[in-house]
Amino acid sequence: MTDATDGHDDPNGKDQFRPVGHENEHFLLTTVVGSYPKPKWLDRARELYQGGDTTKPREHQADHAEELPDFDEDAWEEAKDDASRLITKEHERAGLDVVVDGEMRRNEMVEFFAHRIDGYEFNGPVKVWGHNYFDKPSVVSEVEYDETWLVDEYEFTADVADRPVKVPITGPYTLANWSFNEAYDDLESLAVDLADLVNEEIQKLVDAGARYIQIDEPALATTPDDHAIVGECLEHIVDDIPEDVRVGLHVCYGDYSRIYPEVLEYPVDEFDLELCNGDYDQLDVFKDPAFTADLALGVVDAHVAEVETVEEIKANIRKGLEVVPPEQLVVSPDCGLKLLPREVAYEKMANLVTAAREVEADLDAGEIQVDAAPAKADD
Amino acid sequence: MTELVATTPGLFPLPDWAKSDLSDLKGHQKEDLVDGDEADAVRDAYATARGEVVDAQVDAGLDRVVDGQLRWDDMLAHPLTVHDDVETRGIVRYYDNNNFYREPVVKGDLSFSGDVADELDATAALTDEPVQAVLPGPYSLADLATDEHYDDDVEFLAAISEFLAGEADAFPDVETLFLLEPSLVENAPDDDVAGTLAEAVTTVADAVDADVVVQPYWGALDEKTHAHLLDADVDALGYDFVANHEDNLYNINEYGTTDDVSLGLVDGQNTLVEDPEVVRERVDWVHEQAVSADFDTTYVTTNTELFYLPYAKYEAKLDVLGDAVSLAEVEA
Repeated sequence: MTDATDGHDDPNGKDQFRPVGHENEHFLLTTVVGSYPKPKWLDRARELYQGGDTTKPREHQADHAEELPDFDEDAWEEAKDDASRLITKEHERAGLDVVVDGEMRRNEMVEFFAHRIDGYEFNGPVKVWGHNYFDKPSVVSEVEYDETWLVDEYEFTADVADRPVKVPITGPYTLANWSFNEAYDDLESLAVDLADLVNEEIQKLVDAGARYIQIDEPALATTPDDHAIVGECLEHIVDDIPEDVRVGLHVCYGDYSRIYPEVLEYPVDEFDLELCNGDYDQLDVFKDPAFTADLALGVVDAHVAEVETVEEIKANIRKGLEVVPPEQLVVSPDCGLKLLPREVAYEKMANLVTAAREVEADLDAGEIQVDAAPAKADD
Repeated sequence: MTELVATTPGLFPLPDWAKSDLSDLKGHQKEDLVDGDEADAVRDAYATARGEVVDAQVDAGLDRVVDGQLRWDDMLAHPLTVHDDVETRGIVRYYDNNNFYREPVVKGDLSFSGDVADELDATAALTDEPVQAVLPGPYSLADLATDEHYDDDVEFLAAISEFLAGEADAFPDVETLFLLEPSLVENAPDDDVAGTLAEAVTTVADAVDADVVVQPYWGALDEKTHAHLLDADVDALGYDFVANHEDNLYNINEYGTTDDVSLGLVDGQNTLVEDPEVVRERVDWVHEQAVSADFDTTYVTTNTELFYLPYAKYEAKLDVLGDAVSLAEVEA
């Protein structure tokens, strides 16, 4: 996992995901961060399954069981399979080189995992802002690995997909920071224990065939001073993971100067950064010292419903070439697309792919001058 | 002998049915939040929820009943974000939490609003127990807002304190007023502003005929800010013993404190529910350790607002406060 370099020769480099018959000499891998708008019928299916009250799991509604519509566990599983298949194919139709299933089986990025980890309990929704709530879980005892989290999701998606599949996993620091901690002395000890569970899950995913893992740590953006804890967690996460498995880290928009260049010490191959929404105002942060990992650059805004044109996206991709050479550049949206209307999310992906292919062709033709020189982590 | 008063700093979570009903009635977007001019159905939902949180406080045996500030979508910034003369912009982070509020931008003189007084009228009508008002302290409200009207921070703080004094002046009879001042810990005032802090707080305190408690939290005040605050004409200063007991005890013993004191001893941000016996021991511990102090009244409270918690845990925290104080009274 360590020492991400020029991408060409590394077993964990992005070239292993280059499609057969790729049209250009250059290859700017296109992918997404993970979440995608759910089809409306999936939300409706969830309501039916949960008896109309989407805030409660079905098992908590036993009092009214006789009133529940006839939409059982099997029907709900089938609905999620259908959605996963549909959105995986939608990603392929957009032309992405590496796809996900849009996280159709996941309700929320902390809740989903907390439900599968021993040591967590749920006490009800809490406010984030306005009337936006989430079921913030409580860690009430030592966390332990129980059932697998994502192996079924991965196997289904990989089976459906004709392209390589990436697996996004909520990082242990975020799982710890966005929970109530009743059981551990401090956040760090909880996060490190969770990191060991993430490691266990990745081992199982790798056994199932996964080669591209993305750790999502949005909480690092809001508490950047804890970057050393995230680093310690990542060391636990990649322990004994085979070299040919690519591991990325997604960090949402924040004051990146407070975590860079320290994050370059992290044992990951790729950093996925949200720079479009700030109009690349923090791009210079990553120019000095040189960016030694691969850069997965956000080139469309995940929070604005206007679809960027191909030309705009091409200009954004060229911003990335100010930081890293083409060999180290990956192209993706800023963040998960799930809050956008579905047709907008699709258009953004499709334009992103078109723009990447055009920039590749321009690079092949020598029409783009690349400023950034390849940088090796061990230089 | 010290009288113990079980109370809270307010800002409660909505009951779960109200979270769901109000999000259906109001919507999820920035422009859907409370603006001081809500539709009848929205007002009715809040009124019902207010009744529930008043009952919960009475049932828990609290000695003061607060409104619960259930309408305060923007938490402590609420008195400005509902104000007609204030523009609200994007969603910004609420201190060091995973919570967000609409940024209020002050673009003109702040006239009287009466929004908080209306809430207190409604609360007072629901109970015969002593009512406690809650407001952001002037420094914290100024800190949460953006000023595009006044010349400098000192002038802005003075204007905010005059505004809050006007709001407090319209309150019905209340027993106590809590002024919440987390910004004094999180973003301590510079020398210019610190020099006028006591005056700003006193301006608000003087507007009510009630005991006034200034409650900083998320740690301890730095020594200079603590010393300045002691010059304010208030009845009690609050100390967050959950976040930092050492520095708070140091401040009390090194500089003295007010005749009454407010102790944040129950964690307002963690679902772990304390044992009332342990809370009572913590009260005794502070009384013993505060060597020179002989308090007339000690308010026993959570260290922070309670909206961070799921509703059932919030109710459990109220019970802990009520039980801890009644335990102490039985033993005394």
